[in-house]
Order: sequence, then C-alpha cells, then structure tokens
Amino acid sequence: MQILKPIGNSVLYVGQTVGEMIALLCEMLYFFKEAPRNLTSIFRQMSIVGIETLPIAMLVALFVGMVLSVQTGSELALYGTQEAIGAIVGLSMVKELGPVMTSLLVAGRVGSSMAAEIGAMQVYEEIDALKTLEINPVRYLAMPRLIACLFAVPALVAFAMVVGIIGGGIVAEVNPKIDVPFNVYYENMTRAINYKDIVKGLFKAMVFGGIIAHVGCYVGFKASGGARGIGESTTRSVVLSFLLIMIANYLLTRFMI
Amino acid sequence: MFSDDKSNGGNFLGNFWAKVAHGFSPAIIEGETCQIYHEGSNGVSIEIEKLNKSFGDHHVLKDIDLSIKPGETFSIIGPSGTGKSLLLKHIVKLIEADSGRIIINGHDIEDPEVRNGSSDFRYSMVFQSSALFNSLTVGENVGLWLREKRICPEVRIRRIIQEKLRLVGLEGKEELRTSELSGGMKKRVAIARSLAMNPDLILYDEPTAELDPVTSDELARVIMSLKDKVKLTTIIVSHDLNFALYLSNRVAMMHDGEIIALGTPEEIKKSQNPIVRNFIYTTTKGIQGEGD
Repeated sequence: MQILKPIGNSVLYVGQTVGEMIALLCEMLYFFKEAPRNLTSIFRQMSIVGIETLPIAMLVALFVGMVLSVQTGSELALYGTQEAIGAIVGLSMVKELGPVMTSLLVAGRVGSSMAAEIGAMQVYEEIDALKTLEINPVRYLAMPRLIACLFAVPALVAFAMVVGIIGGGIVAEVNPKIDVPFNVYYENMTRAINYKDIVKGLFKAMVFGGIIAHVGCYVGFKASGGARGIGESTTRSVVLSFLLIMIANYLLTRFMI
Repeated sequence: MFSDDKSNGGNFLGNFWAKVAHGFSPAIIEGETCQIYHEGSNGVSIEIEKLNKSFGDHHVLKDIDLSIKPGETFSIIGPSGTGKSLLLKHIVKLIEADSGRIIINGHDIEDPEVRNGSSDFRYSMVFQSSALFNSLTVGENVGLWLREKRICPEVRIRRIIQEKLRLVGLEGKEELRTSELSGGMKKRVAIARSLAMNPDLILYDEPTAELDPVTSDELARVIMSLKDKVKLTTIIVSHDLNFALYLSNRVAMMHDGEIIALGTPEEIKKSQNPIVRNFIYTTTKGIQGEGD
C-alpha cells in the first residue's frame, strides 16, 4: 500500500495544478473586459515581448532558414530536384519552424522573465500588497501579459517566417551545391504556400503566446521560498511552456490538417 | 468599495472610448475634487472571536479572542513564529481562518459586502519587506491606489501624494526610484502609500525589522506623529518590545499561537507571567528604570 501513496500524491498534485491553471485562465479571460483601461500596461508588455525579442528572433529565424536550405538543398541536389527547395523552406517556416522556434525562444526569454518578476513580487509580499490596495493581481499583472503575448508572438512569428524564408533563399542562391536562383526559389515558394497556411501558422503562434503568458504568470504566482524559489520558478516556467507548446503543436497540427 | 467612473458618455461607444482614453492616462477625471474619496479617517473597532488556523498538523492560531477599540494603537508582541503576522493577514483577508470570526465595525469580514469591498471602512497594511513596486517611482507607489481606482483627477492625486509624503518626512522625493531608498525610507514610503487610501485601519507587520536602532526610532516618531494627525485604528505586530510599548495604548503578547497577556504597556511591564517576564528580559535586558 505504501507504494500507492506517492502515486496518489502525484495524481493529486497534477490535478490541483491543472485545476489552478484553468481557474487562472478563466480569471484572466474575465478581466479582458478591463483591457481598455490597461492599455499602457498592455503596450509596455507588448514592447517587452515583441520589440525587445525581435532582434534575437530574427537572427534565430535567419539561421534556421539557412540551415534548412543547406541541409535539404544539398540532399535534393543529389536527385536533381533542388528547385523544390523554395517550397520546402517556405512551408516549413510557415507551418512549423516559424511558430514553434519563435515561441520556444519567447518562452525562454520572456516567459521565464515573467515567472521571475511575478515570483519575486510573490516572495517579497508585493502581490499581498496589491491585494490590500484592492488591486486584483490577475487583472493588474496577468491579463496585460496574456493580451500582449496573444498579439506580439504572432507578430514576431510573421517576421520570423519572412526572415527565415529570405535566409533559405540566400543560401539556395549562393551555395554552389544547390544553385537555385532567388526568383525560382521565390516562385516555388509562393506556389506551395497559400494564405490558409499563413493564417494557421499565425493561429498556432497566438495559442503558443497564450501558453507562454499563462504558464509564466501561473508559475510566478505559485513561487515561494526566497531567491531559490524564484530561480526554480523560472526553470519550471520554461520546462512547462516547452512541454505545453509541443503538446499544443501536435494537437493543432492534427486538427488543422 | 468604490464604483468606477462610468459617468462619461451615455452609450456603449462613449463608455468604451472613455475607458480607452483612461487606458493611456493615469487619471482623466476633470476638476479639482475626487468623486468618491473619504477625506478623513475614522478608527474602526475590531472583534476577534475564537480564531483558529492550522497548516497540516501544525495548529498555529489557537482560539484567539481579541477586542480592539476604535482609534486605538494596539501592538501584538512575541517571539518569531508565534503567529503574529498570520493573525494580521487574517484581519486583512489575505488568509482565511479555519474557524472563528473577525468583526470590523460590526461587519463580519466574511460577509459578502466586506468581501467585495463595498463596506464603509478601508484598511491598509505596511508589510515587513515594505513591498514597494520596483518598477514604479516613490510618487507612483504612493499614488497607485488612487490611480487604479480612478476616483480623483490627476492634479488632486499629485497633491495627495505630496501631502502623504510630507506626513512621513519624505517631501519632494516623488521622483526617486525605490532602489535609491534606504530601508527606513522604504518603510516610510510604504506608510505613505497606505495613508493615501485614508484608511480607517492600518496594520504594521514588523515595522522595525532589518532597521538599525536610530532608524527604528525615526520610524516610531513618524507613527507617533500620525497618531496625533490621523484618527485611525493602528495594529502593530513586532518583536521589538520597546517600540511597541512606546507607541501603543494596549499590548497583547502571543506565545505558541495563543494570547498569553493583554494590557496597557505598564501592565505588560509589570506582568508576573514567566513567559512575558522572560521575553521582556531577553529582548530588553530589563526595561530601563523598571529594575528587575
């Protein structure tokens, strides 16, 4: 019977975490009605999520596109089908790599910082102070972050898609093993991608953005135990975000095909 | 407690745009006066009846009974880990009790009208860590409640901030970042932030923690001067006995989750309870002039 105790405790812990996360999500969605009053805060968060992450997201997307092009292009060249490289890089960037890679980057950079910031506020009694000032912490801290991520992550992904495709095109043009002119690359790419693919990719990014903000805020609110607790909350937020993004990616891909 | 400003515009679109405009501005209410802002504070009475709280098997608060009069400065003293701060957090509804009642001005704090903030009293708490918001300046910290509630025009909010900072001896420090403040200054900003609500009840959790004796003394003078200027009920939780005895009308001593002594500072000093005597001796090495 002793062996059942830790299993039961783990089940209870997971059940409690899921329940609390759903409750937090419902509360954040409820406070969307207060969004017009919190535009300053929402735009500040958008700036942190979007503008401050843009350079590194562009750099990552550029190299992802280039690596994809050089790896796939050289294999395709063996069979003389390297002209399809535009379609392959384009579809990969729009449907998968753009949304997933950028979201993982945002989860690591912004989600962890949200968890640390809110976690520090929790540990140092600032959340309690908000409550005694009759300010709902979910409305004041979590809702603006969720809205910011819902809009800023798709915007980042849109840029990442474009930059990744351009990176792939440059490699296809200059790499002698591939040697596909940019206009051919572009033509193949536009023939393969339709606007529905782009919308689906951006929708994925929006869901991933929501996951990042939701997890970052939840883990932050649950932080305890001083500096060590804050450190642990950043790690937890990154791990949980990565996991949920991967699960959501599979489910979204499965149902959007 | 306060309804939001819904007077701008008579239709949905008008209200929406008014909210959007608010979103970009700390306060856009016109004029000089606040819409709903109780200018004065009135002390409140507090009755605590048979309050119990446990964490797992650990019974932290045991049948706490306490009565605090309106306008009184009441201190709860005792060693660390006896449940003093926990009791404070129950009064400001940060923690729910397992059993028992807390009645403020005749209202059980679990009543819906108190829970949703529509009661006729306000309370505020000064935390042990000051709990100032690092992303805001001193002035923004002090004015946070007013700006979030959107009940006052910006010009009035600025005046209230100046006034509250003056009360705690920090006049003209509005633009400083919280990282530029000393421990004592942070405590005083936290007090000013609480005072900006014009609370009827103010609670201090270990106000002298991490402060040197000189700064503690300064803080005691600030709280003492507030007693004269602002009529409110004050509860101080401290293990600094001299601080508590100096400021309070009455003092309760907690030990192991129970109130073991209650009385005026003089009565506490003369208590024959061995735990109280031991606490007095170990924290002050005897109170000056009392002999022991």
